[in-house]
Amino acid sequence: MTDTREQFRPEDHPNDNFLLTTVVGSYPKPKWVHRVRELHDGELDCDAEFDQEQWDAAADDAARIITNEHERAGLDVVVDGEMRRTEMVEYFADRIEGYEFNGPVKVWGHNYFDKPSITRDVEYDEPWLVDEFEFTDDVADRPVKVPITGPYTLANWSFNETEKTEEQLAYDVAELVNEEIEQLVAAGARYIQIDEPALATTPNDHAIVGECLKTIADGIPDDVRLGLHVCYGDYSRIYPEILEYPVHEYDLELANGDYDQLSVFKEAEFTKDLALGVIDVHTASVEPVAQIKENIKKGLEVVPPERLTISPDCGLKLLPREVAYGKMKNMVKATREIEQELDAGTIDVSAPVASADD
Amino acid sequence: MVNVVASTPGLFPLPDRAKTELSDLKGHQKSDLVDGDEGADVSAVYDRARTELIERQQAAGLDRIVEGQLRWDDMLAHPLTVHDNVETRGIVRYYDNNNFYREPVVTGELTESGDMAADLASVGSVDGLQAIVPGPYSLAELATDEYYGDSGEFLAAVADFLVGEIESFPAVDTLFVLEPSLVEAPPADGRNAAVSEAIDAVAGATDADVVVHTYFGALPEKVHAHLLDADIDAVGYDFVTDHEDSLYNINEYGTKDDIALGIVDGQNTRVEKAATIKDRIRWVQENTPAAEFETVYATANSGLFYLPVNRFEEKLDALADAAAVEEVHAYND
Repeated sequence: MTDTREQFRPEDHPNDNFLLTTVVGSYPKPKWVHRVRELHDGELDCDAEFDQEQWDAAADDAARIITNEHERAGLDVVVDGEMRRTEMVEYFADRIEGYEFNGPVKVWGHNYFDKPSITRDVEYDEPWLVDEFEFTDDVADRPVKVPITGPYTLANWSFNETEKTEEQLAYDVAELVNEEIEQLVAAGARYIQIDEPALATTPNDHAIVGECLKTIADGIPDDVRLGLHVCYGDYSRIYPEILEYPVHEYDLELANGDYDQLSVFKEAEFTKDLALGVIDVHTASVEPVAQIKENIKKGLEVVPPERLTISPDCGLKLLPREVAYGKMKNMVKATREIEQELDAGTIDVSAPVASADD
Repeated sequence: MVNVVASTPGLFPLPDRAKTELSDLKGHQKSDLVDGDEGADVSAVYDRARTELIERQQAAGLDRIVEGQLRWDDMLAHPLTVHDNVETRGIVRYYDNNNFYREPVVTGELTESGDMAADLASVGSVDGLQAIVPGPYSLAELATDEYYGDSGEFLAAVADFLVGEIESFPAVDTLFVLEPSLVEAPPADGRNAAVSEAIDAVAGATDADVVVHTYFGALPEKVHAHLLDADIDAVGYDFVTDHEDSLYNINEYGTKDDIALGIVDGQNTRVEKAATIKDRIRWVQENTPAAEFETVYATANSGLFYLPVNRFEEKLDALADAAAVEEVHAYND
């Protein structure tokens, strides 16, 4: 497979080794963003009028601030924190012909989401993320990654009112995701992350996700880096099968379970890039640099440094913003220190070295 | 001639206004969920929502009316998560769904609590009142035991607990005992008899008709056979998820004189027409030639909290309409 990683090494990268640092995607929204959205959506009982232009301006400001916050933390590849997006299924369903919304449904306690229904054949209507990418790419000094909810999750986490099977719906949506990625690539995107959390809840469907990814990757240039993010599941039920997927990198949540599933990835050689979760997004305290360094070393037990990406377990959006920032900053510091130690040869790299033609 | 009774397995979605109000009053974290000691303001919202939903069921014309289980933040685990001798720990996945509940960890004796009885009693006098309880096997499976120490003893203790709760219920016409775990995590071979005995004990706590309702698929054959040993009035089958194996179980092992048919999808917004529901009831009757049902409960397969409110209400209407139509036609057969 083509090396898609080196293009993201910053020109002024201080170390010979390069462990790419990035995030999964979502980030806590500043309170005023929520407030402007509520005003724009008419959810607050007041007469203030916020039209589309005002909402767009607020979203632009937020995206600019959070992209900058990612850069200040020192990340090699940044995102805008998904400031324009609502929820990971809802945002896309809102832009795809064939989806309808009926109202909120319970996830747990009083946490609800607007679970959409697929009522007829899905169709590509307007671009989903091209504007978001172009804006972020324009304001960012660093390369930008685009996270996009995968077709299996978009089908599986929706109601199916059609006569088609959920599997067929996932394939239909995969065609649309492919079309969107082609547009993103035309706009200059070089790093796309497909989010498929639903795979963790229904691991027996890994072959369906594989078929979807084949459709998604079809016609995408070789130098575009494709990643897959999966979280909170039993990885032994999808690994090593997922290595067959046409993606370069697997972004996996592992810190939350204190790497109790790491052994799964040693049973068969990890032949692709590993984006290792080194930050627990469900604890509101910032992990010390020393602890994150220990976490990073876990990744080196699975893949060599040139195939290790460093990332939090999942999106950071449920954390207080200062905690999210502190976690990113410490994550980058820990990574740079590990790189120095690798350069100096003081870290033992135990991962089996894959042959050059893998 | 068959008596078709329109019913539901309860666990309704909160009306949207109550969702917002309770979310503001209670909060969004684990520690904010119902614990059995809610304040007056929270209780007032639940009481109003319960009344609205009872009126809505009556307007639809359902034959059995449930209180809606609106306080069951933890779904079927609720009777334990509000118990004084049970700790709630992390958020864990609820069956194979994208829903979560607080893991109840039993740390002391499961004494009588009266929580479910209080909700039922608050309904007052309603024709066709139906109580909903989690079955002993499902409730034990959803929980972790750190007190009884032995899975058999724990199951018996959960059954005893449910017996005590049901004995303090006001008079009801029907008791639905929900046992999805019999399908999702069926008992090992050696435990089938104990599970059947636990269910039998729970059923013995009331004079009302008892339906043991199963869903998320069809029962394994052995589990089904043992379930029929319990002294209950009907078994509920999930014809939405697996009609073939459900039918096979009935034809191979027989069933009780009454039956509950899960023929409306509690987890999908596509609304079944009354005529479709009627066709499904007919289909089961025609394909179980050896059976002669006295009462058929026409119901959703699962609880209905998975649905947005508009579709939930449409499904109540469709169920009631189908049962009304079916009775007329049945008399003409």
